Amino acid sequence: MKKDIFKVANLKLKSRLIVGTGKYKNFKETALAIKSSGADMVTVAVRRINILDKKKPILTDYLDPKKITYLPNTAGCFSSSEALRTLRLAREMGGWKLVKLEVLGDKKTLYPNMTETLKSTKVLVKEGFKVMVYCTDNPLLAKKLEDVGASAIMPLASPIGSGLGIQKKINILRIIKQSKVPVIIDAGIGTASDAVIAMEMGCDGVLINSAIANSKKPILMAESFKNAVIAGRDAFLAGRMKKNYQAIPSSPNKGLI
Amino acid sequence: MAKIQLNGKKITIRSKVSIRDILKKYKLDNKKVAIELNGTIIAKDNFKKKYLKNNDKLEIVHFIGGG
Repeated sequence: MKKDIFKVANLKLKSRLIVGTGKYKNFKETALAIKSSGADMVTVAVRRINILDKKKPILTDYLDPKKITYLPNTAGCFSSSEALRTLRLAREMGGWKLVKLEVLGDKKTLYPNMTETLKSTKVLVKEGFKVMVYCTDNPLLAKKLEDVGASAIMPLASPIGSGLGIQKKINILRIIKQSKVPVIIDAGIGTASDAVIAMEMGCDGVLINSAIANSKKPILMAESFKNAVIAGRDAFLAGRMKKNYQAIPSSPNKGLI
Repeated sequence: MAKIQLNGKKITIRSKVSIRDILKKYKLDNKKVAIELNGTIIAKDNFKKKYLKNNDKLEIVHFIGGG
């Protein structure tokens, strides 16, 4: 059997689960949850250092960027210029070229502003970045992103932090079908079954943050997502049985006593 | 003496202070930060020779947890 390899912009990843590092109780919990998720890529945000508190622990003390791939994101950016500034700083920090772009359009919905997103993707690709792009589940806009050089299409399942799962399966399926770059569900996954559904549909991966960090036992939930992503992927590769709208017995009738 | 803004806070520094000196003062590892001076990103190699002057705006950022 052909080996099932997951690659984003030529980077081979062992796990199809990408995990966010926000919202955890502390860095210790972050590190334990990520370990138990099996993810080898994590998203991180860029923020000002708190210069007054010199003893404050920092993320890199708990998650070694040499051992796990940091994917800098632009969470919290509402314009192209803010997003570009953030990612240029991220690249300066340690040479990160693979980044996650998200340009938000509205504080209430945290929906992506696709005009600014497209504009930023073009600029970043030109500057040599490999851009994984958070986007709406609109197939036409997803195609445009791919055309301007996005390295991965990351449609939302439902609003960020909502935990409502995939709301528009038909759009996600269309995007999976048309895309030549990986399609990774970003935002809105609520629990393990949502991730299984996404993977069974043929998504290349899922990105989870709130569903793990906001669960009662994040470390256990992280493991649950690890298994869900593997189970869903295997089911997709195996190919599900045909749906029959009548019963078909599992045991042969021949030889019945 | 020079007055600068560091991450939005006004601070006073001695004259002839470089970016590297600031990082040392706040015990920051230059490998784990990125720096913007008056809106322009400063490459790590230039931390030592870039001196701060009155009214400079310095931003020091790093990675934190995020989704």
